[in-house]
Amino acid sequence: MKKYILFLMVFLWIIPSYAETTIDSTADHSKFEELDRVFTDATQITEACLSCHTESAKQIHKTTHWNWQYINPQTQQKLGKKNIFNNFCISPTSNYTFCASCHIGYGFKDESFDFSSQNNVDCLACHDTTATYKKLPGFSGHPLYEALTKNGKIIQPPDLTLIAKNVGKTSRATCGACHFYGGGGNAVKHGDLDSSLKDPNYALDVHMDKKGLDFNCAECHTSDNHNISGSRYNITAKDNKKAIIKGQKTNRTKSTCQACHSNNPHDTSRLNNHSKKIACQTCHIPTYARGGIQTKMTWDWSTAGKLDKSGKPITIKDSGGRNAYLSKKGDFSWDSYVIPEYRWFNGKVKFIEKKEKIDPTKTVSINKFYGSYDDGKSKIWPLKIFRGKQPYDKKYLHLLIPHTAGKDDSAFWGNYDWEKSFKFGADVSGVKYSGEYDFATTQMSWPITHMVAPKYDALDCKQCHRENSRLKNIKGVYMPAAHNIKWLDNIMTIIVLLTLGGVFIHGFIRLFLFYKRDKK
Amino acid sequence: MKKIYVFKVFERFWHWSQALLIITLLISGFEIHGSYNLLGFATATDIHEICAWSLVGLWIFAIFWHIVTGEWRQYIPTLDRVNAIMNYYILGILKKEVHHPYRVTRLHKHNPLQILAYIFILLIVGPVIWLSGWFYILYEYWPIFGLENLSLKLVATAHLLGAYAMLLFLIVHIYLITTGHTLWAHLKAMITGYDEA
Repeated sequence: MKKYILFLMVFLWIIPSYAETTIDSTADHSKFEELDRVFTDATQITEACLSCHTESAKQIHKTTHWNWQYINPQTQQKLGKKNIFNNFCISPTSNYTFCASCHIGYGFKDESFDFSSQNNVDCLACHDTTATYKKLPGFSGHPLYEALTKNGKIIQPPDLTLIAKNVGKTSRATCGACHFYGGGGNAVKHGDLDSSLKDPNYALDVHMDKKGLDFNCAECHTSDNHNISGSRYNITAKDNKKAIIKGQKTNRTKSTCQACHSNNPHDTSRLNNHSKKIACQTCHIPTYARGGIQTKMTWDWSTAGKLDKSGKPITIKDSGGRNAYLSKKGDFSWDSYVIPEYRWFNGKVKFIEKKEKIDPTKTVSINKFYGSYDDGKSKIWPLKIFRGKQPYDKKYLHLLIPHTAGKDDSAFWGNYDWEKSFKFGADVSGVKYSGEYDFATTQMSWPITHMVAPKYDALDCKQCHRENSRLKNIKGVYMPAAHNIKWLDNIMTIIVLLTLGGVFIHGFIRLFLFYKRDKK
Repeated sequence: MKKIYVFKVFERFWHWSQALLIITLLISGFEIHGSYNLLGFATATDIHEICAWSLVGLWIFAIFWHIVTGEWRQYIPTLDRVNAIMNYYILGILKKEVHHPYRVTRLHKHNPLQILAYIFILLIVGPVIWLSGWFYILYEYWPIFGLENLSLKLVATAHLLGAYAMLLFLIVHIYLITTGHTLWAHLKAMITGYDEA
């Protein structure tokens, strides 16, 4: 028996070493001399990359992924992570050492970061194929170079040489390393993007289905010189064009459904007609967060900072084992298989700006989605609307930027003192803090566009064509069965019943008389 | 009693296929309207559309037949004895000795009240249902005819009112089947074509 096990172990070990590695490229990076060395700093890898890929860093320098800055051509608003608020972790400003773990660069610790440096570009974040390249929060976008002990666990630094020798195309895993974990954890932010999409099945997403089409993100989010298409800031809500034919000269990207499917993909004209006013996603993504991972639905910062008797932070779990309360962050709620909220949307989004006045008596929209039934540009879109409470300045009436993450004395996650946190945040961001704060109710909209379900799971007619349907908040359209005139139906029903009654009574009288006559 | 041949083959075919179509249209139509769940919304919509076009086809034949045979004259309205007929159906019918004030002949197979009812269906209810139905069915082409601003709700409501009127007609019509000289005389006439008058 022992011999057999030993044999099996040796055998299992031998198989992989005989398996031939096939490379989907004309270049085998593992044979490159430039990469056959020890890297003590990740910028050395970039330097090696640039020795052949001479233009890549310059291309990266023009992208939103690099600059965390984006000018919306529709609104001229200066957006990007550097500029906008959200109602999750609120803002990376003053927290870059942490947040920059998702920056495609090395050393973004504060505003002084050199955005013109080519060696600071992180090629591996997107081009790692080994699934071993990780950047932890707190290192300004650098990977670990030495082992780290955290919560009693030893975290080993990634093998940079191995990773560099195995670079390749981007994948759901590389994009997902950041985009699945936005907002401070898996599935937190988007609802339609989480780690379940790394290896999804057909029911979760028909295109990314691991055993089927197996699309990578880049299949739709096509790029032009490293500039990835499919902006959340400037959304194509209505693509009226036909499907792109291979070889066709066009500057369109593939990041709309229509780019491949056109606006008439159904067998019947009735369904195709629906697509004039309804985004594909509305019917074909019946619910989001379907991968078995719950997404965060609300986040109340106003309760953050409570400590137990011994002055230690508190963690309260909900019945699903997710954090319901954290002293660092406040109260949360989570949900899965969430029915989206629906709005007319024309692609125009306006974000609240730093120092913009808010009305704290009302719900503050972090990003306003524009659209209406009659502007000719809108379709009914599914959204995740994330609601929460976040700090604002009572005197200046603008949203505050807290300093949350960091090893210094002002970081809220270290000392649970809002005062210090806001002062620090104000100093770094220039968004003033008067000394008085409170928490405003805010909401933020996220378009739902991933987790496309199989067609047999698409919405049934009755999901909308009935009273109190999913589209009950959609104004301006008449939907059969959904928008009946109740009083008219009531009156007509009464008339019908009276007629039936009259006919029956008359009939009975006749029958009765007939019977009596017969007896005589 | 003498048997007269009142309803010709085409008329009977027209009547019964129309009855089938209208009942199916009512059943599927009120489901689309959301009154109940029976066939499923998508199936109801498909059936409704198929029946609607079938009825259009049937009517084209019927109109042609009525013109060619001159039978359209059967529908020329008159108020002759209408009150008496109405009285008969409400009260007179209850008494054994009272007879129908109108006698059906080959040349006049409908009594004046009947004609008025059919005329009402033909000239008021029919056009409302047909017109609104066509607008409804051709909704996707409205922009081509510059009708973007036409209210679908208006069209749908007109169609619904037409449907209710049709339903009321159907109820009364079915009841009146039983008012021949025997309970089933009218039904027999519409099946065999012969009325015992």
